[in-house]
Amino acid sequence: MSAFAAIVRRDLILAVRHRAEAANPLLFFLVVVSLVPLGLSPRREVLALIAPGVVWIGALLATLLSLERMFRTDFEDGSLELMLVSPRPLPLIVLAKILAHWLVTGLPLLAAAPLIALLLGLPAGSLPVLLATLALGTPALSAVGSIGVALTVGLRRGGMLLSLLVLPLYVPVLVFAASAVAAAADGLPASGQLYVLGALAALSFSLAPAAAAAALRISMS
Amino acid sequence: MQPKEHDSASPPLLETVNLSCLRGDRLLFEDLAVQVTAGEVVQIHGPNGSGKTTLLRILCGLQPPAGGYVRWRGRDVPPGAPEIRADVQYVGHAGGAKLDLTPRENLDVAMALGARSTGTTAGAALARLGVGRIRDVPLRTLSAGQRQRVALARLLTCGAALWVLDEPFTALDTSGVAIVDAMLREHTEAGGAAMLTSHHPVTLSGVTPRLVRIDTKT
Repeated sequence: MSAFAAIVRRDLILAVRHRAEAANPLLFFLVVVSLVPLGLSPRREVLALIAPGVVWIGALLATLLSLERMFRTDFEDGSLELMLVSPRPLPLIVLAKILAHWLVTGLPLLAAAPLIALLLGLPAGSLPVLLATLALGTPALSAVGSIGVALTVGLRRGGMLLSLLVLPLYVPVLVFAASAVAAAADGLPASGQLYVLGALAALSFSLAPAAAAAALRISMS
Repeated sequence: MQPKEHDSASPPLLETVNLSCLRGDRLLFEDLAVQVTAGEVVQIHGPNGSGKTTLLRILCGLQPPAGGYVRWRGRDVPPGAPEIRADVQYVGHAGGAKLDLTPRENLDVAMALGARSTGTTAGAALARLGVGRIRDVPLRTLSAGQRQRVALARLLTCGAALWVLDEPFTALDTSGVAIVDAMLREHTEAGGAAMLTSHHPVTLSGVTPRLVRIDTKT
């Protein structure tokens, strides 16, 4: 088995054994998004205005909530040392961690998206665009987040610092994703925003593994 | 300290050159020259806090030294260089195993990350370490000694010229020590070498460790 496949498989097995913990981001996402119509206004015109932003703020915070776990437990039980002393390329191992993180936290958000769209009264026609923004945006969030986690993994209370490091980098994803969904809900083409999201995803996936790998080496010493 | 001149054709497997290490602003050791030749077991010996674990971590590239470098098979390389990692198997304090995975699943991951396969299967390695019967039980339910045996099992499955073992005998019972003893003997007889730490003297029947003492500078 290749190191990449072994790490993805291992993290998925662990997620299944910690079902409750792994489901946390999804539950958080569902709770936040479903509370908004109750707390603000269930009126269609209000929801139409805020729905795209609410979905994406929920997705972003759900990802942020789960980020720390990406390397924290590996750091505590010494598995991270095993990865660092491995002759296999560390960026590849980090890429496997990012992929596993996305499969556990990002993919369920996609599955929940139709329900959320219904709940917030998003027009049915905008659902494909919502799914596209989540499919392009959440992997980018996982990838960019890995750099922040790698930098803060050795710190005792890295959570706050992690948010401060990562949130500014999340802003472009949030802006373009919410704007794409809003455009689609108004019946306008959203391809421009989607192309930018695609570019952000490609950029984060090509740079983040190497950056996070370098950050891990610094954090461990 | 100047490294000894070797007349033999093959240079030592590993040689540290003027290696020094700082922790905070405290000097743990400096100008350390340790040699490990193929076929020997070197035991790093020293009081608590003298930098034994730190030395092993530096050699594996887990942390940079304050100064100095490492000569690996006669070539000067920075500690933790890829050619060292390709031929070193490290078993640290923390074991590096997931408590919610079974010994076999843990070993599968370690094998995938390891340098090269020795041909020994995970099942055979765990059986040799005496944890074959509990290979499908989550590690969380096992004792410290059993966990240590699982961690040591990867020495059998992953081929490496140099074993770097941090307190390998911790939590092991007499039969566990005897198994590791035999593993060390086979490994050195096959031309491998090992570097281990232990803060109390270990009596091994199969191999005689060469003691290297590191002292904290005052």
